[in-house]
Amino acid sequence: MTTLSPVSTSPNKRLLVTLAVVVIAWLAAYNIVQPLADWISYSALGLARDSRLGESVAFFLYDVPKILLLLSGMVFAISIVRTFFSPERTRALLGGKREGVGNVFAALLGIVTPFCSCSAVPLFIGFVESGIPLGVTFSFLIAAPTINEVAIILLFGLFGWKVAALYITSGLTVAIVAGFIIGRLKMEGYVEDFVWKIHRTVDVTEEKLTWVHRIERAWESVKEIVGKVWLYVVVGIAVGAGIHGYVPEDALASILGKQVWWSVPAAVLIGIPLYSNAAGIVPIVGTLIEKGASVGTALAFMMSVIGLSLPEAVILKRVLKMPLLVTFFAVIAVAIILTGYLFNLVL
Amino acid sequence: MLTIKVLGSGCANCKKLEAVTRQVVSEMDVEAEVIKVTEYPDIMAYNIMSTPGLVINEKVVSSGRIPSVAEITTFVVNALEAA
Repeated sequence: MTTLSPVSTSPNKRLLVTLAVVVIAWLAAYNIVQPLADWISYSALGLARDSRLGESVAFFLYDVPKILLLLSGMVFAISIVRTFFSPERTRALLGGKREGVGNVFAALLGIVTPFCSCSAVPLFIGFVESGIPLGVTFSFLIAAPTINEVAIILLFGLFGWKVAALYITSGLTVAIVAGFIIGRLKMEGYVEDFVWKIHRTVDVTEEKLTWVHRIERAWESVKEIVGKVWLYVVVGIAVGAGIHGYVPEDALASILGKQVWWSVPAAVLIGIPLYSNAAGIVPIVGTLIEKGASVGTALAFMMSVIGLSLPEAVILKRVLKMPLLVTFFAVIAVAIILTGYLFNLVL
Repeated sequence: MLTIKVLGSGCANCKKLEAVTRQVVSEMDVEAEVIKVTEYPDIMAYNIMSTPGLVINEKVVSSGRIPSVAEITTFVVNALEAA
């Protein structure tokens, strides 16, 4: 980041105390969610424990507060980490890396660098113009939106660390492979000409952040992110809870199961025009898995919805000529399909 | 007289930053011209990698976020002192 903001001098004691109180309150709340949800569903509302409605309601009442708590807590923690990885620093870390190693680094940094699709263009230009290879830049641009914190936290909260780890692994694989292939295709000529002609007139210095700044920034992003996605979470979990209670296990095995060879490409194709943030899609995707969809197919669908979005294509159109834009999307789509097959094969 | 530029291609955050900046300027009652810079070649001349960016008298004071009213006020005060 490029600010020269006023440095508040003394470590702010009040802020630290507030932080401690918030952490304790968070832990307490997190631990009473389950008993509270059970009590409301089965005692206060008097629903039968093994009824479909009872199960769905308890599932919903437990998951919504749990996920929102997890989301706030972990977005806060991740945002603190991210204050150490500004786009400028990431660019410096990637400078001088060759293709291959560079693609791996770029994909990994894509996870921790703060990213918003509205900044895709300045990032792209900043990377390319500083001499980072096109393919490496794309590895970053694929990883950053696809493997985002909301997706990881929701997968972790709703389905456990294994599914979350799988998603990260598949996202990284797609970003590295697709970026590498695009790099090999030598399509530099299809980047809009003005990108190569930009002259930097101003030099920026990196700002010095104190811990108080980091905490304040993290709190700001909690408010922003949770404020933006909470409704999607609630609706997504409601749909998920409905499927959980009413759709029989293995109902989807015949359409989205492993043995159906066309299910992966079909899932990716359906996912491209659908545009949702992670918050809305994760609870639904997870429930699909629960009902017999194979993991590879479900993750491919999710990556396609989050990673291949038309709004992003429109934004990138400003710097990429059509052939490169189409190649970019096609290569990612193919990489997602292959990853889906791979997971269906090994899991 | 300050020249304040808001760098951003027109995303929601950029519009919000412009609004906050205008609010600060009018509350402080300083003479300032607030300009929106929306073309990428012009934005990138300031060497920022995330939008929205805020530039006061050709100096980048923040990028990639919306600073608070208090922060922008400090930026303006500093710029007035430097001028």
